[in-house]
Amino acid sequence: MPETSTLSDDFVRELINVGEVDILVGVPTYNDARTVGQVVQAVRAGLLQYFPRERAVIINADGGSRDGTQDLVRAASISDLSVTPDIHALRTLHSISTHYEGGPASGLALRSILAAADLLQAKACAIVAPDSTTVEPIWIDRLLRPLLRDSRDLVLPVYRRHKFEGLLIRNLVYPMTRAIFKCSAHEPYPTDFAFSGPLGSRFLGQDIWTQDQGLHGTELWIVLSALVERCKITQSFLGVKTRSESAPADLVKAMRESAGVLFASLETNFLAWSDSRDALEAPCTGCETTVSLEHSRLNRKRLHQMFAFGVSELEPVFLSILTPPTHDELKRLARLPEEKFLYPEELWVRTVYEFAAAYHKAVIGRDHIVQALVPLFRGRAFTFLTENRDASAEEVETNIESLCQAFERQRPYLLEAWDGRK
Amino acid sequence: MWQNFINELRHTMDEMVRSFGRFLPRFLEMLVIVVVGWIIAWLLRALVRSALKLTRFDKLSEHTGATPLLRGAALPSPTEILSRFVFWVAWLGFILVGISALGIVGLEEHVSSFFGFLPRLFAGLFILFFGLLAASFFSRAVLLGGVNADLPSPRLISWAVRTMIILFVVSMAFEELGIGSHTVIVAFALTFGSLMLGFALAFGLGGKDLAKKYLERRFGREQPPSDTAHEHEDELSPL
Repeated sequence: MPETSTLSDDFVRELINVGEVDILVGVPTYNDARTVGQVVQAVRAGLLQYFPRERAVIINADGGSRDGTQDLVRAASISDLSVTPDIHALRTLHSISTHYEGGPASGLALRSILAAADLLQAKACAIVAPDSTTVEPIWIDRLLRPLLRDSRDLVLPVYRRHKFEGLLIRNLVYPMTRAIFKCSAHEPYPTDFAFSGPLGSRFLGQDIWTQDQGLHGTELWIVLSALVERCKITQSFLGVKTRSESAPADLVKAMRESAGVLFASLETNFLAWSDSRDALEAPCTGCETTVSLEHSRLNRKRLHQMFAFGVSELEPVFLSILTPPTHDELKRLARLPEEKFLYPEELWVRTVYEFAAAYHKAVIGRDHIVQALVPLFRGRAFTFLTENRDASAEEVETNIESLCQAFERQRPYLLEAWDGRK
Repeated sequence: MWQNFINELRHTMDEMVRSFGRFLPRFLEMLVIVVVGWIIAWLLRALVRSALKLTRFDKLSEHTGATPLLRGAALPSPTEILSRFVFWVAWLGFILVGISALGIVGLEEHVSSFFGFLPRLFAGLFILFFGLLAASFFSRAVLLGGVNADLPSPRLISWAVRTMIILFVVSMAFEELGIGSHTVIVAFALTFGSLMLGFALAFGLGGKDLAKKYLERRFGREQPPSDTAHEHEDELSPL
């Protein structure tokens, strides 16, 4: 039974007019007028160029934009593809823009898109971020082809990103996901990804849509669910992904969406990850180096100051979360001058694992535990920036690999802390 | 006359013996009530202690800040204190019931007022416990928010929030118990008012330049300050 209760009557009517489809591409938006037109054009071009025979629909789920985003989506949907005049549609390419209630929240947008895919019985479904300014038509092929040709369940992206972008993903989410769930998915919190219709229906049937992970960080949650379910996962190299200017730099929000969701997933899926299961393969198609080296002007000094300030001010909170040796080590680090400061990877891994165990035991409010990790992450980010300031792409990748191995090595430590033996 | 004296003495002795005969069963009844009450109170204590241990009450109290406070004063854990409290309240109740069974005129009123006070006592303790929990939660939220927003003196702000909530809660609890309610309310109003006035003065005097700059910027007389050191810096990209 399709989950349509969250969809408006008008939207359902439009979907019924479309009928069954093979491919659905969802574009969740909120005040993305600057970039969304270009994205929808690229999606259309990709569908027409690479899937001319498939029945396809583009669904824009908007969270109540006030900058005319929906108008731009509609305009882009009916505009001529002047950049590629040789493209001709064999079937009508439908495009629907809808406004979901309760937004803006990426989870709510995703839920609307999943419900639409379920109703239209789409065989394959892709989600494309509205701020992917570097999106190319071939991204649609690389995301959807493994689902239709190779019967994969989930396609995750691999981007070439600046070495100092996605610091939280590279220093926490990716290595920890890899160590815990034994799957080397480079982008476990993707903004552009694709999944099969049946997997989409299973995501939709999950009991998360009224919880925090059903509102923010939902993409990470469903990827982790796919890892737990041992789905057939593949990774596709999409190309360069530049940081959107509108991307939030709010670390607390980012920490809630990433580490918060990851910790919640560990709590829910303890039985699945705590056993010694085999590694889950996630082959990468067309993978190249994932690091680019343009100049960056990040203020490291401020990161160091905020780390030291956080460690001294949050002492009563850390006493509830961390073991005395880890806490003492952090206090020692906080006293070091900037030039001598180094947050070693082993200590960082121990810190994160102790936070995950504290989250499990709910030693204080869980949201407070996640927030308390923010100043410590600043210290780790400082060290990452320092270590890789003059590093080549290969050296950066080697350093990330070393951190991943530290997370894997200390996995038993997490299990001990989880049981309260630490 | 001698015979009359003997008769009166015998009569008095008979009365005494009859009174004692009437009192003895009541006294025995009281003793039974007190002893049975002790057993019931002891069982209640064991029951409450087990229930609190099962529900990890000590952990919850740790969040309120009550446990560290008790530990600092070399007192037992909150579970132990609460179970002992239940024991004494229950046993005291039985002792009073036993005393009222003696039929001493005037005591019944005190006994019934004690039982009338019990619900208010529990309501007061309830307010105090959850108030402390709220004080701990909100002060920690303020501390974390302050640190992550890089505000100056987040611990001081957090302490101020905690103190204000505790003051508010204690005054509510005393009001519920009916102990010097007017005095407590007046004391709370004075303390809270003076704290607010202090903050207003501190922020007003300390932050007048900041407020002036903000207002000037807000109403367009001055352009936003261009901190050349930060102007061209990239922001941290976490995701």
